[in-house]
Amino acid sequence: MLTSDPWLILLVVVPLLAAPVCVLLRNATAAWAVALVVSWSIFGIAVKLLIQVLEQGEVFYRIGGWDAPWGIEYKLDPLGAFVVVIIATIGAVVIPYAKKSVENEIQKERIYLFYTMMLLCISGLLGITVTGDAFNLFVFLEISSLSSYVLISMGQDRRALTAAYRYLIMGTIGATFYIIGVGLMYQMTGSLNFADLSTIMPAIADTRTVLAALAFLTVGISLKLALFPLHMWLPNAYTFAPSAVTAFLAATATKVSLYVLLRIFFTVFGEVDLFATFPLQPVLIGMALAGMFLASLSAIWQENLKRMMAYSSVAQIGYMVLGVALATEAGLAGGIIHLFNHALVKGTAFLAIGAIIYSTGAVTLRDLRGVGKSMPLLMAAFIVAGLGLIGVPLTAGFVSKWQLVTATLEADMWPLAALILLSSLLAVIYVWRIFEVAYLRDSHLAPVKIIKKLPLSMLIPTWILALASLYFGTHATLTMDIAHTAARQLMGGM
Amino acid sequence: MIDIPDLIGLLNYWVVIVLMMSGFYVVIAQGNLIKKIVGLNIFQVSVFVFYISMGKIEGGSAPILDDAIEIYSNPLPHVLILTAIVVGVATTALALALVVRINAAYGTIEEDEIQAIEHEEEDVAC
Amino acid sequence: MIFKAPLLRVVTKIIVPPIILFALYVQFHGDFGPGGGFQAGVIMAAAFILYGLVYGVSTARQAITADVTRVILALGVLLFGGTGIVTMLMGAEFLDYSVLGKTPLAGQHLGILLIEFGVGMTVAGAMITIFFAFAGHGKDGNIALDQENEGGGND
Repeated sequence: MLTSDPWLILLVVVPLLAAPVCVLLRNATAAWAVALVVSWSIFGIAVKLLIQVLEQGEVFYRIGGWDAPWGIEYKLDPLGAFVVVIIATIGAVVIPYAKKSVENEIQKERIYLFYTMMLLCISGLLGITVTGDAFNLFVFLEISSLSSYVLISMGQDRRALTAAYRYLIMGTIGATFYIIGVGLMYQMTGSLNFADLSTIMPAIADTRTVLAALAFLTVGISLKLALFPLHMWLPNAYTFAPSAVTAFLAATATKVSLYVLLRIFFTVFGEVDLFATFPLQPVLIGMALAGMFLASLSAIWQENLKRMMAYSSVAQIGYMVLGVALATEAGLAGGIIHLFNHALVKGTAFLAIGAIIYSTGAVTLRDLRGVGKSMPLLMAAFIVAGLGLIGVPLTAGFVSKWQLVTATLEADMWPLAALILLSSLLAVIYVWRIFEVAYLRDSHLAPVKIIKKLPLSMLIPTWILALASLYFGTHATLTMDIAHTAARQLMGGM
Repeated sequence: MIDIPDLIGLLNYWVVIVLMMSGFYVVIAQGNLIKKIVGLNIFQVSVFVFYISMGKIEGGSAPILDDAIEIYSNPLPHVLILTAIVVGVATTALALALVVRINAAYGTIEEDEIQAIEHEEEDVAC
Repeated sequence: MIFKAPLLRVVTKIIVPPIILFALYVQFHGDFGPGGGFQAGVIMAAAFILYGLVYGVSTARQAITADVTRVILALGVLLFGGTGIVTMLMGAEFLDYSVLGKTPLAGQHLGILLIEFGVGMTVAGAMITIFFAFAGHGKDGNIALDQENEGGGND
């Protein structure tokens, strides 16, 4: 008999219950304080659980005391614990940052709602990660999605509204596709529990119903994941959302979707040799490559910094999916570790952009003139993130790209390795554009004025993430070990 | 060979597919933001019908325990879909709220007109 | 938009209390017969929405203010989750009601009653908020509040 670990449920329930508390408080500072306490305690719990999972194996929780597969079971394996730590870290860093940034960007009387939605979003994302039940996952998916639509619509520009609307339509179609897939599987198996599904699956994997279910699930989650060419909602949503929201969503939401995709491919269909019986690999690799190149090319032409980074996110999702599509242990480890490293790197980049917006009130590339001199510390963090996006050695981005390249070589797909390196060159171009404007081009034009001094509460979180990405770029053993353990477990069927 | 009774026996799936595809088509083809939401609702309702009809078992009775009854219909899909309906309500309310604010900000809820306004804005910005 | 027809106004006045009573019946009889929090919440909201339709939004808002609906909405979620926390403090799993009463059966009764009441409060609060937010054209600036629905939807 497996005992329940109460920390696992607290991970989800604490932010879920803190959200209505924020509504009752109706005060911006009080709501922020609640969110801060919650996000930091979540971080503590997440780290505790990660250590526990790595040392003692999987952690379980049975809701209401009902055993799986009848009851809803929460379950945390190394991969889940890794993703939980990513969400919790980003949450713990973004909430302190958000205070000043949000005061600057959102009307005062709506700020408490901002933190309410933020807590709901964190709760939803954590719920997706810990749940072992396919339908419960849908509910959490919608909790996190609905709150992120609201968060995006809080942006200053009116285009935030249309961006949120478009995301809502696309996101709901994605989520509905997901429940169609779950429904088809339920029809065949009578079960919603992932572990239970995986034991039943081999007997029925050849039926057309299950293949249809797989197709619906893959497309639905790819929509949420913003896998090329289903990424159309992402650039505008990230561009017009409040800065803190962009940083949070860019670092977590798409990562969690990738996690769901891994769960479907390697847990539910874990006992079935999915990639051997079904032409999934060429499709995924094709879309990943298209995303890597076309999105990077789009990023090069952008004038708006946030949109540039948003397109870069689509490209980076391509790398992660490429790793998954290899369906080897090394490839999966590459995808998983890139998931972590990219969350740090892109989090830094968007936090830095948010700080620039706060100080200068501008978001376009040419508004960076002289920022390298006027805000040297901030711009340095941004450049660290940029180097991470390219994959320069000593940054976290290098570790994951190295792992991906090794994995492609191991799988005897050297053209893919070449393409990874080639697409990294595209990243060099857009990062260089930022560098050039910020540091080199200030001789004949007046530098951009600093309207407000940058508060430490925004600079420090940015640097925490930047330093983390440098740390994990130089001391990669810890993260690599976790990624490899997670990948091995996925390939082992469970 | 497809025989006719089989096709009629699958009636619920035909209903689901027709609803699903018409809803999906409306979401894609309509330029009016409200009509898109209507399409999205039809699309979601098709899934509700799918789940609810799935729970029906031939000759099964309502799932209330009784010694005289041997076959029960499956109540679980109904419970699941109750949750999905609530989620659908929340989604619709949020979408409509966004449309209200889009209308206030742009003065229109036609997608092409909004896009024209946005393009103009971007041209000015550059 | 206020209806002037006296018949409509009188009938509404007569019918609103029974609707609320019926909502409470559906709420608290839910563990013996058909019913429960979702249905009760919607019926309860229907009473206020009917009143608002006939007598005008501002009149209805005097009967149930935006602050009240917001508090009901938040408290419902807290009651739901709070019950779970209490069961955890009493040594059982989250939402394992059996420990709430002297016997597991009594505990299950009490637990489901509390949970459903939380759901009912949240649904009623959310429905009323949604209606008034749209009818009052978002003057409260609180359209986004209907999210809370989700917390209750998770049972």
